Amino acid sequence: MQAATIASHRFGYSETSLRQIQGDPRAWVLDQFKRPAPFDASGLLDGAQAWALSRDVLRAALQLPGNDKESATPAPGVMVLRRDLRQANMAGLRRRWQHISTTSTPVAERWVQFWANHFCVAATRATVAGLIWPHEYEAVRPHAFGSFQALARAALLHPAMLLYLDNAQSIGPDSRAGRRREKGLNENLARELLELHTLGVNGGYTQDDVTQTARLLTGWTMRPDTPGATGFVEALHQPGSKLVLGKTYPEGPKALDLLLEDLTAHPACARFVALKLVRHFVTDDPPQALVDAVAARFRATRGDLPATAQALFTHELAWGSSHAAKFKRPEELVLSAYRMLKLPAAAIEQDALAVQNMGQALGRAPSPQGWPDRTEDWLSPDALHKRVLWAARFAKTHRELVDARALARLAWGDDLSLATAQHIERAESAEQSLALALASPEFQRR
Amino acid sequence: MPTPNHPTLQTGFSRRTSLQWLAGAAVSAIAGSLPARLAFAAPAEAAGAQGQRLVVVLLRGALDGLAAVPAPGDPAWSGLRGAAEAAEKTAAALPLDNLFAMHPALANLHRWYEQKELLVVHATASPYRERSHFDAQQLLESGGDRPFVLSTGWLGRALQATGRPAMALTAAMPLALRGADGASTWTPTRGPGNDQDLMARVAQMYSTDIQLAGAFAQVMGQQGMAMGAQGGPGFAGLARQAGMFLSDPKGPRVAWLEADGWDTHTQQAPRLTRLLGLLDDGLAALREALGAHWGQTSVLVVTEFGRSAAFNGTAGTDHGTGGVTFLAGGAVAGGRVLADWPGLGRNALLDGRDLRPTLDLRSVIAPVVQRQFALSSAQVQSAVLLGAPKAALELWRA
Repeated sequence: MQAATIASHRFGYSETSLRQIQGDPRAWVLDQFKRPAPFDASGLLDGAQAWALSRDVLRAALQLPGNDKESATPAPGVMVLRRDLRQANMAGLRRRWQHISTTSTPVAERWVQFWANHFCVAATRATVAGLIWPHEYEAVRPHAFGSFQALARAALLHPAMLLYLDNAQSIGPDSRAGRRREKGLNENLARELLELHTLGVNGGYTQDDVTQTARLLTGWTMRPDTPGATGFVEALHQPGSKLVLGKTYPEGPKALDLLLEDLTAHPACARFVALKLVRHFVTDDPPQALVDAVAARFRATRGDLPATAQALFTHELAWGSSHAAKFKRPEELVLSAYRMLKLPAAAIEQDALAVQNMGQALGRAPSPQGWPDRTEDWLSPDALHKRVLWAARFAKTHRELVDARALARLAWGDDLSLATAQHIERAESAEQSLALALASPEFQRR
Repeated sequence: MPTPNHPTLQTGFSRRTSLQWLAGAAVSAIAGSLPARLAFAAPAEAAGAQGQRLVVVLLRGALDGLAAVPAPGDPAWSGLRGAAEAAEKTAAALPLDNLFAMHPALANLHRWYEQKELLVVHATASPYRERSHFDAQQLLESGGDRPFVLSTGWLGRALQATGRPAMALTAAMPLALRGADGASTWTPTRGPGNDQDLMARVAQMYSTDIQLAGAFAQVMGQQGMAMGAQGGPGFAGLARQAGMFLSDPKGPRVAWLEADGWDTHTQQAPRLTRLLGLLDDGLAALREALGAHWGQTSVLVVTEFGRSAAFNGTAGTDHGTGGVTFLAGGAVAGGRVLADWPGLGRNALLDGRDLRPTLDLRSVIAPVVQRQFALSSAQVQSAVLLGAPKAALELWRA
């Protein structure tokens, strides 16, 4: 596989043509990290507004009469609020899809999406139903080209994460509030911070470290005085110092920054993050030398993300032409079709449903681990069937717009296999030809 | 491209040994175990092991076993959960025996228990002793003795060894079924059906791509049944559809279902009432669709681990260890709770917080695999559930 094909399809979201990349594929990738295209969130709900709307839907739903004969029909207030929430989420998804399908810096965009998935939040909890896209554009996106520590802090302290992983409700048992009420600790965020965000499951922490981290995190919650804002509420904070991974942290809000600094510097964090990055950008089972190089840079720079990206994309092994190709996730598949056809993503609801049928319910990842990243997680008979059905429908909608034969030659150059080229050539119609291009092994993978 | 990470290296298990298994099974059949021989000789016949159906339901997120099957007869119960129970004012738990009761949302399961068709296994766990969902699910599905030593699943290896098909009613292929050429996946398809000409061309286009060709061949093979989604919406719809697949003479004899949302760190009581109700309805729909086949069906309900014995500070439970599993079916020796009950006193709890597991979950899964696939316990231990204990649990009526 030539370097331009790797840059376009594997690192990015499938360009229409390899021509702009062929001159210097590495520069095409690296330049994107200097000036990632800005995301326009204007007109979308901010986190506080989305929090309030999610809360209102929940409140209205809970106030529904329970035993009343009319209870099958929700009160109009709930229906209106639910519609508003659905429309807000759809507007966020539309803006996001339009950005990904048209951005001038697609590799930098994949970098953003990697981190959004790394710090996954999911609308499987009603309290965060409207907060998934705000978390991405308020917490992840602004920090994806900065330091890991700042990114982790922003991702954790956004209302979406504090609510999704229950820290908003966690109370120090010996805090002022804890002594007054029969409430206490919840270790959900603490465990996932260590297991999923920083050290990895084999990172060397114990149950005691999880419990101590949970104590350290108490107090970080929704501010009682400012609706929709998060902050440190001392009355909920567990008094005293905490001992995590053999180090003592002081009582109070500073402990979080100190802990994140130490976690970022921990060798397990570098290894864990590097393996995930290389697996996502290069191949399911990546070469150890490449993982080690990325981990070393992450560690040497204390989690400087652009430096880490540079270590990845300047390494010869990242451009190896013999790595097993990645199988696109469903959302990547659909967005890369829009991008390759130079169409701004349009039929959002229909395509989001198609993506869901392929196994990826957007905004609703099944666990805080986020979407998995290996071929066997996505390639099943049923999912492949749904992908081919989607390709057929997408081609029917857009058959007037493209000549798939020319498109395939532009998009893959010499890397288009003879068999795929022949099937696209010999199709009985322009529509079928496009459907075959989208269903082709080349396009299903990256 | 070959199937990634074939288990041959790790387990010494391969197609070659699977053929040896078949030979070995035939020999032992001649030596006296008639059903086993029928199983391998007459695939279409509803006799012996071939008539057996197996449904595995995985509850992802860790079901709180002490909420599904509480132990009000334990002296420590009221101290541990009494206050939380009283606060919820929910319907009373359904009695099982002197020690145990069943969550009121599990009304169908409770009826099966009374009909002696449901076995409750309590204080059980896989060999995993940490508290990560993801490692625990990997271990439970792979059938290894540690997470990530195997990349195929225990059901997949059993299916592959015996050449049987199976259907997972999920979009993705669950790890548990990976490694079997005959394992497929199915979810309902809405909208226009297949364009037959396009499907044939796609199949041809994939023919030189081993990964895609294998998966697409399954799609082409199930076209007739896949289009007729009649199960209905939700988990109950999928469960009913599973029963329909298993009742189809040409359909699979093994089905896999999943339900998630069990990670109840907060507000556990209302969430579990809803989720357990959905599970209970789904299992009833499955049974109804199975009809007379219920007599030869085993339904195994498993989860990756239990939850903390006491409630946490937010009316929920954190990740724990020992939990509950269910085995239901017309031939199951049910109507009892199988448990070596460790007690809930502070000193009895594992790490001072979790229900202590006293029964290896694999000693329940292993006999189910043996029965379904007519395999010996040695075969199961060596290649399906690695290192499973040799417990001879009586799970079926004679």
